[in-house]
Amino acid sequence: MKRDDFLKHVAWTGGGIAWSLSGTGLFNAQRALAADGAISFVQISDSHIGFSHPENPDVIGTLQQTIAGINAMPVQPTFVVHTGDVTHLAKPAQFDTAKQILGTLKAPLVVLPGEHDVIGTSEAFFSAFRRSDAPKGWFSWDQGGAHFLSLVNVFNFEIDGKLGAEQIDFVEKDLAAQKSSTPIVVFAHVPLYALFPPWGWTTEDGSRVLAALRRFNAVTVLNGHIHQIVQHTDGNIRFATAASTAYPQPAPGTAAKPGPLKVPDSKLLSVLGYRSVEIARSAATITDHSLQT
Amino acid sequence: MSRLFTGLQIALLAVTLTAGANAAAPPLLPAVATVHIKDFKYHPPALTVHVGDRVTFVNDDDEAHTVTATDKSFDSEGLDTAGTWQHVFTKPGTFHYFCELHPYMKATIIVLPGAAK
Repeated sequence: MKRDDFLKHVAWTGGGIAWSLSGTGLFNAQRALAADGAISFVQISDSHIGFSHPENPDVIGTLQQTIAGINAMPVQPTFVVHTGDVTHLAKPAQFDTAKQILGTLKAPLVVLPGEHDVIGTSEAFFSAFRRSDAPKGWFSWDQGGAHFLSLVNVFNFEIDGKLGAEQIDFVEKDLAAQKSSTPIVVFAHVPLYALFPPWGWTTEDGSRVLAALRRFNAVTVLNGHIHQIVQHTDGNIRFATAASTAYPQPAPGTAAKPGPLKVPDSKLLSVLGYRSVEIARSAATITDHSLQT
Repeated sequence: MSRLFTGLQIALLAVTLTAGANAAAPPLLPAVATVHIKDFKYHPPALTVHVGDRVTFVNDDDEAHTVTATDKSFDSEGLDTAGTWQHVFTKPGTFHYFCELHPYMKATIIVLPGAAK
C-alpha cells in the first residue's frame, strides 16, 4: 500500500483502534496486542435475504461469499454475531433461506433482529433464532475476559431506534455487576448514539445505556442498520457501524433519503463485507474486510 | 468458492423463487382510491372514503415500506418495491397509519359512514 493511501484512510482513536483501507480493498486496522486475554469474534450485518433489486440482485451469493471468507480465516472466531436485518421482509421463507446459509458457518452464531426482521410481528424471527437464555431477545454473557451485551432496539420504535424501559433496566442491573476494568462489548442493530437523526440513525432512549457504560475503561459498541462503516469515539466508548453483506446506503445527508444505493457492479463487492474484532483488556482491534478480492 | 456452494445455492434460489411466487400480489380489484408511497411519504397524506370502500396502496420507492394502522386494525406487512396491497374499510372513523420500517412516515384515512356512491 502506498503511504499516501494509508494516511488517507487511517485515523487513530484515543484508545487503540486503528482504521485503514488498503489499496486491495481490504479495510484494515492494525495494532499490536498483548496476546494474553484477547478474544476474537466476527460481526456481519444487514443481509436482507429476499431483497432482489438492481442494487444487488444476488444477496444470497454475497452472504455466501461473506461466510466463505470467514470460514477461511486461519484462526476461527470465537463466535459470529449478525447484527440484524437478516431478512428483507421478515417472511418465514426468507428466514429459512438465511438460516440455511448461516448454518454453514464453522463458528457459533449469535443473531439479533433488525427492524426488517420484525415487521408486524417478531414471531418469524424468534422461530428461526430464539435462544432459551434470551426470552425477550436481549441477553448478556461473559467470554474471554470480556462482558458482552446483545440488545434489541427495533421493537415498537416510533421514530428512531428504541430500547424500552424494561430492557434499559436490564442493562443497568447487568452492568452494575461488572468491574470497571472489564472490557464491555455491546451489540445492537440501530446505532446507539445520534449518528444521523434526520434519517432515524439514532436510538431515542440510548442515552441511559451510554450513561451506564461511562465508568468502564473500554467499551466497544457495534451496530449495523446503515450499511456502511462509520467510526466514532466518545470518551471511553468506541462506536463502529458495519458494512452490509447485501447493498450499501448513502453516507449521511448525501441523498434525499436513506435506502439502497446503486454503485457500479464492479464496485459492489468493495463496499460489502465482514468485520473481525479482537478485544483485549486495554484495547479493541477492529478489522473490516471487504468482499473484493 | 462458488463451486463449493453451487448445490446449496440452487436449492436456496429455488426456495427464494418459490417464496417470491407465493408472495406475488393478487390481481388488483377495483378501488375507489390509490395511495402511492413515494420518497418516504404517503400520497395523499389524508384520504376520505366511505364504509365499504376499497383502497389500493402502491410502493413506488426503492425501499420497503408498510401500511400499518396505529390501532393495528389493518396492516399491509412488508411491501417491497412495486408491491401493492388493498384494504376494504368496514368501520367509520379516522384511522392514522404509519410505516413500521420508517415510523416517521404517517398519514390518515377518514372513513365516513354510509355506503359509497
